[in-house]
Amino acid sequence: MATMHVELVSVEKALWSGEATAVFARTPEGELGILPGHAPLLGALAPGWVVRIDRVDESSVKVAVHGGILSVRKDGVSVLGEIAEFGDEIDVARARAALEAASGDSPEDLAARNRALSRLRAAGETV
Amino acid sequence: MGAQLRVYRRRIKSVQSTKKITKAMELIAASRIAKAQARMRAARPYAEELTRALAAVLQDGSLKHPMLTGVESPRRVGVLVITSDRGLAGGYSANALKAANELAATLEGEGKEVVRYVIGRKGTSYYNFRRLPIAGSWTGFSEQPSFADIRDATELLEFSLTATSEGEVTRGEETTAGIDELYLVYTQFKNSVTQVAVAEQLSPVKSATESAAKAEGEASPEGTEAEESVSYEFEPDPKELISALLPRYISSRIFSALLESAASESAARRRAMKSASDNATELISTYTRLANQARQAEITQEISEIVGGADALSAAGSDE
Repeated sequence: MATMHVELVSVEKALWSGEATAVFARTPEGELGILPGHAPLLGALAPGWVVRIDRVDESSVKVAVHGGILSVRKDGVSVLGEIAEFGDEIDVARARAALEAASGDSPEDLAARNRALSRLRAAGETV
Repeated sequence: MGAQLRVYRRRIKSVQSTKKITKAMELIAASRIAKAQARMRAARPYAEELTRALAAVLQDGSLKHPMLTGVESPRRVGVLVITSDRGLAGGYSANALKAANELAATLEGEGKEVVRYVIGRKGTSYYNFRRLPIAGSWTGFSEQPSFADIRDATELLEFSLTATSEGEVTRGEETTAGIDELYLVYTQFKNSVTQVAVAEQLSPVKSATESAAKAEGEASPEGTEAEESVSYEFEPDPKELISALLPRYISSRIFSALLESAASESAARRRAMKSASDNATELISTYTRLANQARQAEITQEISEIVGGADALSAAGSDE
């Protein structure tokens, strides 16, 4: 099976890199699946959603990426996020509380709501 | 013990305890340099990827955005200065502030209004003392910054740049006016001996990258040429994508400058503390010598008193 090199990079450090069979993400235009050999692409990730990486040797992983950019090149895929968290590291109760606290319409609340949504989705909760 | 000797001994003790403190600070700073350098390295992949992505979008030269091409006649210019929270770092903060003041003088000479943003307690108190208005200040993380610490700062700068000088930014209860351009003053970490305070233009990105490329000469473009010829698909289209990319680019630049400044701060502190420790060592040896002299003088005096006394006694005895 064909694989591709995927890098998950946050502002502070490179979080994960390795071989993967597929990457699923969501841009403002819709859900997007990247398989090996995909044409070069540059996309902004829709806030509030998650990136799924199907790793070759390990299980597939869901990542909550805040402020994310997806870049597909011939030599691999990079997922850039100002903050990125793996689904199994997320504190679900805290994210739920944050979601309920951020109910207003201000830009801050909207951003907080999106962060909480993507965390919950990455943790596998239904929202 | 004589009075003089006691004074010297007390001095030696106090200098010794000062030396213990400065020595400890020197060692802590030294270990923080290495940590900060490791964090600079760790943050590099993101910055490189983002620069590459930005270069790809900018192949389309017709894009317009206040953060990219700027406005026609910029009126208000933001200057963000990165200083330290604590002192005892030699001229670290003073040098950054000096560079900021020079930049501000140049900008004001061009007829622009300077809006000051400060990171670090030292810079904040510097401007407050001189009653210069500060549009935003963030403190408490200059030695070990994390990205979460500067989110508030980057948000404010991003909104201010988007609003331009025509608009205003309302955050919570405060309303501040927007800015057209943004400069960053930070301390470059050349190596553990040399750190230089520099001023860089961040926004508009286009003129900033052009002037940076000019400064670097022709060394860099060759490697990127092949990269840029790849045609990308964009999602969403470049116009919207650029407004997502630019704020990230600027905040990533600010964050890496902050990391570099943290390394510089530790290096400056290590140097300052090393010379303080060296000074203390010298003082201790000087005072030890003086104390020994005082002790010896005391002994000599005692002996001559005894001898004098004995002479006087024997002289008195022989008289009888």
